[in-house]
Amino acid sequence: MSVEVQTETVAAEQTVTVAETEKDARPIALQVRDLNFYYGKSHALHDISLNFPERSVTGMIGPSGCGKSTLLRVLNRMYDLYPGQKATGEVIFDGQNILATGVDLNVLRSRIGMVFQKPTPFPMSIYDNIAFGIRLHERVSRSEMDGRVEDALRRVALWSEVQDRLSSSATAMSGGQQQRLCIARTIAVRPEVILLDEPTSALDPVSTARIEELLDELKTEFTIAIVTHNMQQAARCADQVAFFYMGKLIEVDSTARMFTTPREQQTQDYITGRFG
Amino acid sequence: MEISARQPLPATKKNHPAGGVRTADPFFRMLVMATGIGVLVVLGAIIGVMAVGGWKAFAVFGPEFLISAVWNPVTQHFGAAAPVFGTIVSSAMALVVAVPLAFGTAFWLAALAPPAAAAFIGMAVQLLAAVPSIIFGMWGFFVVVPLVAHYVQPTARHLFGHVPGLSALVAGAPFGTGLFTASLILAIMITPSITAVMRDVFVSMPTVLRESAYGLGATRWEVMRNVVLPWSRQGVIGAVVLGMGRAMGETMAVTFVIGDSNHIGWSLFAPANTIASLIALEFPESAAGSLKLASLMALGAILMAISFLTLWFSRWLLARGQKAAGD
Repeated sequence: MSVEVQTETVAAEQTVTVAETEKDARPIALQVRDLNFYYGKSHALHDISLNFPERSVTGMIGPSGCGKSTLLRVLNRMYDLYPGQKATGEVIFDGQNILATGVDLNVLRSRIGMVFQKPTPFPMSIYDNIAFGIRLHERVSRSEMDGRVEDALRRVALWSEVQDRLSSSATAMSGGQQQRLCIARTIAVRPEVILLDEPTSALDPVSTARIEELLDELKTEFTIAIVTHNMQQAARCADQVAFFYMGKLIEVDSTARMFTTPREQQTQDYITGRFG
Repeated sequence: MEISARQPLPATKKNHPAGGVRTADPFFRMLVMATGIGVLVVLGAIIGVMAVGGWKAFAVFGPEFLISAVWNPVTQHFGAAAPVFGTIVSSAMALVVAVPLAFGTAFWLAALAPPAAAAFIGMAVQLLAAVPSIIFGMWGFFVVVPLVAHYVQPTARHLFGHVPGLSALVAGAPFGTGLFTASLILAIMITPSITAVMRDVFVSMPTVLRESAYGLGATRWEVMRNVVLPWSRQGVIGAVVLGMGRAMGETMAVTFVIGDSNHIGWSLFAPANTIASLIALEFPESAAGSLKLASLMALGAILMAISFLTLWFSRWLLARGQKAAGD
């Protein structure tokens, strides 16, 4: 209850922040309302209400097991693959509650893409990894497909590195390249939202930096939600940051405010490294 | 300074009872090496016995032993072609039936079935794999043979008997025993083991890889077809070869229902023999040192050779597949 009220105040304050910084008030791409989530009998998320503004980066931080990855998996209904997992409440996307029964999950997941913690190239060629997602949803000519693949690879700055070996196996690439390939694969489907679940936790610092640069470009076109354990990453990449603790949304605010003047003691403790 | 403070340690180590471990280690190494070499010795001994025992057949008949379909103890004329034909055809037909069945079951168990049903049916599959082959033989003889004799072959003849090209496949008197029945029993026998291996392969695929495909909006079938299958190619081929090996070597169940006839023909329903069933049937009636016994040993050597070739061929397929995928 208190969380809900709090979030509303946060929203109100945010408008102020936005007005202050003279950025345009962005429409909401995804709106989570009173979300509760259960793994069988264990109650993993408590009354979460959170807005994801369009074409900006929302960072989700918090200690392990706080529910931030769980929330991500609700947003594209990935949890639906597993019996016994249940969500109540609403997630409004494009005027529709995506938690409702009868939502076409294949279409939903093509509009809300996901990138995982570890790079997950499919056991096929680099070209086919990108083409795979496109083929699932569209019938395109060979030449158009070539263009789409090239475009996706260019946007993750991978084209120059792999243009000569598009037909070789994706599993032979380096970890950083594989993760950029996975991002390319996701954007090739032309989603509106991209969910990233600790996308750099398995990568070296150089690859991490490249992915972060990439996020900065991608947010001009996509709404991005990123779960991260890395506080600096959240500070560098996110426009707004949400702090989760024990399945509750403790605080959400613009990144600048969150890391300088958090309102909650728990947030303060977490970002200064006193726990978690 | 740290180092000097710790120097006394090695001195105490010398008297440590762990000294016993140092002698045990080479001993253990020898032991496991011996078991490893033991496998080679046994394999070599088996090949040796088969080759030496069967040598007489090759010496008497020459290469004709491989292509002759005659098996006549009265005239002392023996050839391997008929049982080799029976072995290969019955195993191939069994695979044609078993692989799609096993694949479907494994896919369903791994991807679609509700967990409770998957656990229960998965266990039933394991139990079916554990049924002794002689049970399948008896069941086949009393249940499947009459069914094939009364319904399957007459129906097949009714449908295809007058179709040019197909009529030969269904020709012959409806005995019930024959290649078709043997293949059917073999298929039922090898389906569970192929299913069990395939399911394990499917399940062992990393969850994130599967979720990545779902995350792009793929349906379950698309995930299976485009991601799980290529990923588990090696395991799937392994499972099929495993089943094929079992089908070719299977003796008891086949002996009951194959009809014991050394004959090569087009009819799928004709009585035939496999190498294993022929050896099982004729071995007790072969005198030591006889040409017949030598011929049976030579057949055993041929069966082993076919098994090795199959294994080698599957390895080659896998290697080629990997090269094509650029791994």
